[in-house]
Amino acid sequence: MTNFIGDSENSANSGKGEPEPFTIPTLEVNGITKDYGTKSGQVNVLTPTSLSIELSELVTIVGPSGCGKSTLLHIVGGLIEPSSGEVFLDGRQVHGPGADRGMVFQGYSLFPWLTVRQNVQFGPKIRGKKRKEREEVANHFLDAVGLHGFRDHYPKALSGGMRQRVAIARALANSPRILLMDEPFGALDAQTRVIMQELLLEIRSKEQMTTLFITHDIDEAVFLSDRILVMSARPGKIKAEIAVPFGKERPDTIRNTPEFFELRNEVYTLLHAEGKAVIDAELASGSKK
Amino acid sequence: MATQVQSGTTADRPAFSRTIVRRRPSARIFQIGSDIPRPLYFTIVLLSFAVPIWAWCHYSYSGNIDSFILPTPTDVWHGYQRMMSAGVLVPDAKISIYRIGMGFLLSAVLAIPLGILMGSYKIAEAAHEPFVGFVRYIPVPALVPLIMIIAGIEDQAKILLIFIGTYFQMVLVVADVTRKVPRELLNAARTLGANSWHLMFNVIMPATLPGIIDTCRTMIGWAWTYLMIAEVVACDSGLGYAIANAQRHTRTNEVYVGILVLGILGLLTDMFFKIVTPKLVPWAESQKA
Repeated sequence: MTNFIGDSENSANSGKGEPEPFTIPTLEVNGITKDYGTKSGQVNVLTPTSLSIELSELVTIVGPSGCGKSTLLHIVGGLIEPSSGEVFLDGRQVHGPGADRGMVFQGYSLFPWLTVRQNVQFGPKIRGKKRKEREEVANHFLDAVGLHGFRDHYPKALSGGMRQRVAIARALANSPRILLMDEPFGALDAQTRVIMQELLLEIRSKEQMTTLFITHDIDEAVFLSDRILVMSARPGKIKAEIAVPFGKERPDTIRNTPEFFELRNEVYTLLHAEGKAVIDAELASGSKK
Repeated sequence: MATQVQSGTTADRPAFSRTIVRRRPSARIFQIGSDIPRPLYFTIVLLSFAVPIWAWCHYSYSGNIDSFILPTPTDVWHGYQRMMSAGVLVPDAKISIYRIGMGFLLSAVLAIPLGILMGSYKIAEAAHEPFVGFVRYIPVPALVPLIMIIAGIEDQAKILLIFIGTYFQMVLVVADVTRKVPRELLNAARTLGANSWHLMFNVIMPATLPGIIDTCRTMIGWAWTYLMIAEVVACDSGLGYAIANAQRHTRTNEVYVGILVLGILGLLTDMFFKIVTPKLVPWAESQKA
């Protein structure tokens, strides 16, 4: 069911003013905006955007290119400063990056001078964990992503899919409160992408990880999410929310069910209009965005 | 339903008239970027050395060129023997190597940390880089008289010259290498909980190591150049002095000995780097040969 933001009824997850018991959401994003100064003046990339994520939810943001979804994620991760608004983790405001918000990026982010195992241990190591503890944690997550046999390889010997597995293991090994993923499978070929999606679901059901996921792949969004937030074209704001009622344990075959297609079409319809707006604006202005 | 795919040789394929076109063997060899057979490559390399050596032998032994300008290989060998028996060649070489070592070490010890700081912190960049960029344009040979005034003609003067010649270049290159550390690596480290200290020692330093090693390799070559200028102009020891001295005594064959020794030392230095670099940074993509 699509909830359009701005409908008079509250979305079921906002928890504001509801008579039910109120638990602090793991992540709360409050009125975030971002402007960039350019030669031609201010560019507003994000209009006041708010969202919240409950414990162990996997929420996906989909939107056309340039809509600011990646910027929003980087703001939540503390790598970009918002022009206004706040980010709260477990009710406490966060500024700047930190191990509490682990991130997985789209491309090249493994440390090339460290082996797979050393990469995964990086977070615990700089936080002072003892060797035995670090090794245990690293092994646990390397097993979870299926890379146990590659522990002593350098990243340059791994394929794109394998590198992303390491990136995921590395982020998880640091026990973040929330996992932020910026189109992590975008650079992978279609078959690998599907396998990685299934891997992610598997890990999530084991680790109960709260996750905010960015993608422009609609099938990916519907397959992975508990909720999908659709972002409008720049200046971005969340224009609709779609609940995905498949539950945490969902079989791979769910991709072929009518319910899946229905959800997919809903998202597609919303996105298509936005995507077209982006292209039209680009062509009309005669320059790149 | 998928249909069977036909494969096999021309004999199995449908019969119709086909025209075979033969390519000349030279087409492959003379194509831009194409590989050539290894034996051919090595033969040409051998020739590229053999031809100049043959030309040397031919023109020197034939007497067509004055032995004052082009001594024969035999003359050069005799010159080598004389220098060795006079006990000057090895000490001269040693002293030059010592001066290079000290000058370069001094340069590296300052240029590497300062370069890294300059590349990491805008404040350091503003404080040092524009100034260095200016000084860099002063041709080092022009400084020789000044250095003679300040430091005389002993070892200190040579070391100072090498330092000035290499430091200003090196610090800029190191800063550049530092700035080229991919932002994604720094961001990834931050989201794993790294503070500035961790970033500097656990990310920037290992990441810049291959580039710094490469810089050292290049800079040592320049160091030799500056040392030779100093030793040839005003000195009483060292390989530059040996060459200048031989020239003053019209012992051209010994001039050639000095030059060949320098060439061999340069080659050994390069080989040293080629062997040591993969051991120090096994993870790096192989640099230019």
